[in-house]
Amino acid sequence: MAGNVPIQFSTVPQKQPAGTSDPKWVQWLLITIALAFLGLFLFLPLITVFIQAFAKGVNVYIEAITNPEALSAIKLTILVALIAIPLNAIFGIASAWAITKFQFRGKNILITLIDLPFAVSPVIAGLVFILLFGSRGLFGEWLFDNDIKIVFAVPGIVLATIFVTFPFVSRELIPLMQAQGTAEEEASITLGASGWKTFWYVTLPNIKWALLYGMILCNARAIGEFGAVSVVSGHIRGLTNTMPLHIEILYGEYQFAAAFAVASLMSLMAIFTLIIKSFLEWKAKKQISTEI
Amino acid sequence: MRKAIFKKNQVLPGFGLTMGYTTLYLSILVLLPLSMILLYTAQMGWEDFWDTVLDPRVVASYKLSFGASLAAGLINAIFGVLLAWVLVRYSFPGKKIIDGLVDLPFALPTAVAGIALTTVYAPNGWIGRLLDFKVAFTPIGVVIALTFIGLPFVVRMVQPVLQNLEKEVEEASSSLGASRFQTFRKIIFPELLPAALSGFTLAFARSLGEYGSVVFIAGNMPMKTEITPLLIMTKLEQYDYTGATAIATVMLVTSFILLFLINLIQWWTNRKFIH
Repeated sequence: MAGNVPIQFSTVPQKQPAGTSDPKWVQWLLITIALAFLGLFLFLPLITVFIQAFAKGVNVYIEAITNPEALSAIKLTILVALIAIPLNAIFGIASAWAITKFQFRGKNILITLIDLPFAVSPVIAGLVFILLFGSRGLFGEWLFDNDIKIVFAVPGIVLATIFVTFPFVSRELIPLMQAQGTAEEEASITLGASGWKTFWYVTLPNIKWALLYGMILCNARAIGEFGAVSVVSGHIRGLTNTMPLHIEILYGEYQFAAAFAVASLMSLMAIFTLIIKSFLEWKAKKQISTEI
Repeated sequence: MRKAIFKKNQVLPGFGLTMGYTTLYLSILVLLPLSMILLYTAQMGWEDFWDTVLDPRVVASYKLSFGASLAAGLINAIFGVLLAWVLVRYSFPGKKIIDGLVDLPFALPTAVAGIALTTVYAPNGWIGRLLDFKVAFTPIGVVIALTFIGLPFVVRMVQPVLQNLEKEVEEASSSLGASRFQTFRKIIFPELLPAALSGFTLAFARSLGEYGSVVFIAGNMPMKTEITPLLIMTKLEQYDYTGATAIATVMLVTSFILLFLINLIQWWTNRKFIH
């Protein structure tokens, strides 16, 4: 639940028939209220990030994003995303293939189970891995005896991130592949192509935009996840701090300019994500309209 | 028909591989970890469990989490419908950019949102200094953070419904003498209601579990501005695993009830459209 709303398509807006438009003053009033609401809740906070980031000057800004702790946080964040996204993408493709190309009992239950991580609070997503791998957890003793660290180390962060971003790709692919049906793949198989070949040359081109879309959303969440990662990381500076956790520490130490400097990098990432997202929505829409 | 579908799909390969991988990956990464909550709760006695989850400090946190999520959900339901309306029906400069920015809360890390909102609404912040009551570090601050987090849900649920609405119905309504407001209330609003309701429930469910954006602006005073996820965090920091798990169980059960409600709304909507 805590995720996004999948790409939605609609018909091209029709021409305005008589009696269905509002008076100009109503239009401007509603637009003003809507923009004021967005201003208070979206634009002001976003602008604040950049203004606060440069409040102490450019030198402080550059220092804040290039000191070793910040750099190690950036590296760790990228590493975690690079592990979590491909794994969830492969899972997304596999699950969508099984769910949309075949009939079996319990399909709806499976779809609900895949969506489950969105219904769980990020803090609980972290908690479950502490219960599994923490010192007093189910595998805690065994891990200690074998000198393997999962919780309060990088593997725990990766696991928690995979958990919270679990459904993103499947969610985008399942409705799309359901709509596309199985006819093209069947034709390809009947003509003698292998299963892999069919997937690469028939299915993948059909789903590539939705796949990328899911991966972009997965990436944004993976990079920005705070609650779940905060539970399992142990906050060891330079070792298990991701960018959001680094921001929290700086903010807690009243190093506001530095905290906002790192935050501004993440905000740029978010804006970049939105741009790619709009581009992919446009591409996907175009692909669908040319097929029809 | 059913037999035909089954036979047809025998053509495609890979069922064993993809289904096997799906169940394995799902079990290891989601089901096994989540089942730990049940396992730990089952180890607790009933009395311990109830003592933990009905502790006054915990109950105060449910009230705050529930109340603030409800308030934020309602704000988003009203302004979400308005925003969807403005974005679909009207044209104004910069509309495309605004439309794209509505998704910002999905893309912006919650910690960034948290510190930014705190700075804006703190007593010396841009908005905070204009108001003569405190916003940040009070329950109102929690509502503001949750409003930010839930903002896209209603807009994105209502927008496609509004786009697919046939204008002819409105035209008919107006040519039969209904005022614009009557048309909205009697014709358009009932069509939007299920989508707005789904969006509200999604935003509400997301708000209940939200942590990152809230902890900065809430001030986290026991009994006053502590949300439920924060209490789980606090218990974990005190190595009280069973206490944390008990509260997590309450939250999970609530989420599942909400999940069920969302499915119910969607089923109700689909049935309405099929007739």
